Amino acid sequence: MRTWIKSASFAIAATALLGLAGTAGAGETIKIGVTQPLTGAVAASGNYVVQGAKIAESFVNESGGVLGHKIELIVEDNKSNPKEAVATAEKLIVRDKVTVMMGAWSSTYTLAVMPKLMEYGVPMVVETSSSGKITTSGNPWIFRISPTSAMEAQSFGTKVDQFDIKKADFLVVNNDWGRGAASEFKKMLEGKGISVGVVETMDAKAQDLSAQLAKIKASGGDTLFVTSGVEQITLILKQVKEQRVSHRIITTGGSSSPDQLIAQAGAAAEGSYHLLFFAPWFPEAAPNPDVAKKFVDEWNKRGHNFAGLTEGFRGHDGIMTIAAGIEAAGKVDSDAIRQALWGVKVDGVNGDIAFIKQGPAGKESGQNVPNVYIVTIRDGKVALP
Amino acid sequence: MDQFLQHLLNATMLGGTYALLGIGLTLIFGIMRVVNFTHGELYTFGAYMVFFFTMTLSANFFLALVFAMVLGIALGAAIEFVLLRRLRGASIDTTMLVMIGAWIAMQNTEQLAWTGVAKSVNHPFPIDPLVIGPVSVSWIRIFVFCVAIMLIVGTHLLIHRTRLGKAMRSTFQDRETAALMGVNINAIHTATFALGSGLAAAAGALLGPVFVLVPGMGDMAALKSFAIVILGGMGNFMGAALGGFLLALVEELGAGYISSGYRDGMGFLIIIVVLIFRPTGLFARAERIG
Repeated sequence: MRTWIKSASFAIAATALLGLAGTAGAGETIKIGVTQPLTGAVAASGNYVVQGAKIAESFVNESGGVLGHKIELIVEDNKSNPKEAVATAEKLIVRDKVTVMMGAWSSTYTLAVMPKLMEYGVPMVVETSSSGKITTSGNPWIFRISPTSAMEAQSFGTKVDQFDIKKADFLVVNNDWGRGAASEFKKMLEGKGISVGVVETMDAKAQDLSAQLAKIKASGGDTLFVTSGVEQITLILKQVKEQRVSHRIITTGGSSSPDQLIAQAGAAAEGSYHLLFFAPWFPEAAPNPDVAKKFVDEWNKRGHNFAGLTEGFRGHDGIMTIAAGIEAAGKVDSDAIRQALWGVKVDGVNGDIAFIKQGPAGKESGQNVPNVYIVTIRDGKVALP
Repeated sequence: MDQFLQHLLNATMLGGTYALLGIGLTLIFGIMRVVNFTHGELYTFGAYMVFFFTMTLSANFFLALVFAMVLGIALGAAIEFVLLRRLRGASIDTTMLVMIGAWIAMQNTEQLAWTGVAKSVNHPFPIDPLVIGPVSVSWIRIFVFCVAIMLIVGTHLLIHRTRLGKAMRSTFQDRETAALMGVNINAIHTATFALGSGLAAAAGALLGPVFVLVPGMGDMAALKSFAIVILGGMGNFMGAALGGFLLALVEELGAGYISSGYRDGMGFLIIIVVLIFRPTGLFARAERIG
């Protein structure tokens, strides 16, 4: 009798659960999973990306949605932690039954999530990560709109003569992003006959960088390449002044939010250079000025922080790419969307988005070739160099 | 040579704040034997309070430092009063779990209140550093160092030269006997936790303007504080202060001459070595058994 009651109640509970899952799957909207760092070390950037993604969500829905349905973003917080990133992907795919995702900001989180995409067969548009490994490791579910560190280095290489660099040093965050950027830029600089001094790393949470800077100062270079998030760039600019390091600073990776640097590092930010993938101060100079202007206007209308635009556009371009992919697929199915993404042409804020093949033959990942901009901080304002 | 001198100077400045973090925790972790996971959050709290007073209310910078420390003491007293008082007879595991919960709750509250966007605090010191021959140091770091030393010496005197200090020491040596001698045990527990918390908040208040403020900034601070306390010997006041300077020196020289990627690992390497050869800590005297 007792066992019977037990199994009966179990059955009822199981049915209830299944019922819930059923209603969630048969909803009116097309769900898109988003995993971003909303808390933790790089929370600011992740929140900006989500703000940009939500703007794209509204744009798509205002213009009639996709395949006659509205799209709906399901946003999960990966807590600036690769383990949590995996958990969010699992949750989005298994419980929310999303057929396509966007994420996961840092290369380290994206690399952690990638095996899950293979396991469940769900495509992911990568909006920020730049480690080369992401598109060369043979994961056919990856479509990256952000540039690889190699592309960024190559693009900077075409303008490197303007900077007259004799000897360069590096200070990068100790993860896939930072170390990848250092090795690609080093390769490019050495290819141009520029000598490279020291390559120093720092923990993503480190606040005191005096030891690294004392070593960099002693190396005697003239230019310091920095790869990290805006929080650490702020600290570096301040501490470079304290230790009288005379290097010119160039940041890579596009996460430097120059306006935030001006506000927080003040005079210490003066004269620094920043590689960016969107220059919101000059939307008319973007390859698709109308798209860029519309996005910047909506961002300002919503009262978002202007400094976040250099991150926020990634979310916009990512969701626009996914929406185009679903539309082209003609149905809400992961494999159909994956195949359709190969053919999409999207007018993004950064520029025209389309995918080329990277990685081992037969299981290539998609890689976009984005535009790279250089800005500088002059007289407390962002300017073109 | 110039690089070495700069490393030494950097280590001294950093050591002052590590020592301040260490002594705050050694009072709580070393003497009260409470594994205080909220130490880093009190550090963060101190930093955000300075931000709130100077940047939002435009109060005087030095006044804001004092307010932040006083509020840190009050918050510490509240944590003791609300959470720890009920757990006095409980096992160390129970206390630890409650403190982990408090840590997570506090960090998320900070995130909610201040958002994840980094904040920075303006300070009245000049941006151009003080240059001494081949080395340089910023004025704010000199100020932080001096205040840290004053707080360390002040706390030392409080514990070793005052009636309150004597009551604290006796309480944690033998609670029953101290109670029989007329010491108000409950008040002493609250006062000790509040003092340790106040020192953590002071460290955050002092370092906030040097660095940038993010809700997770306390994690690394707490980890280092535990390392310093273990290094110096549990509950050993001067040990924690010296442990702070030692940790800073190892980190600086390790990062400067071995590998910056292992900078934070260096400190823990030293701790492993110390625990192998001197399990009670570097500066611990023979343990007294009550």
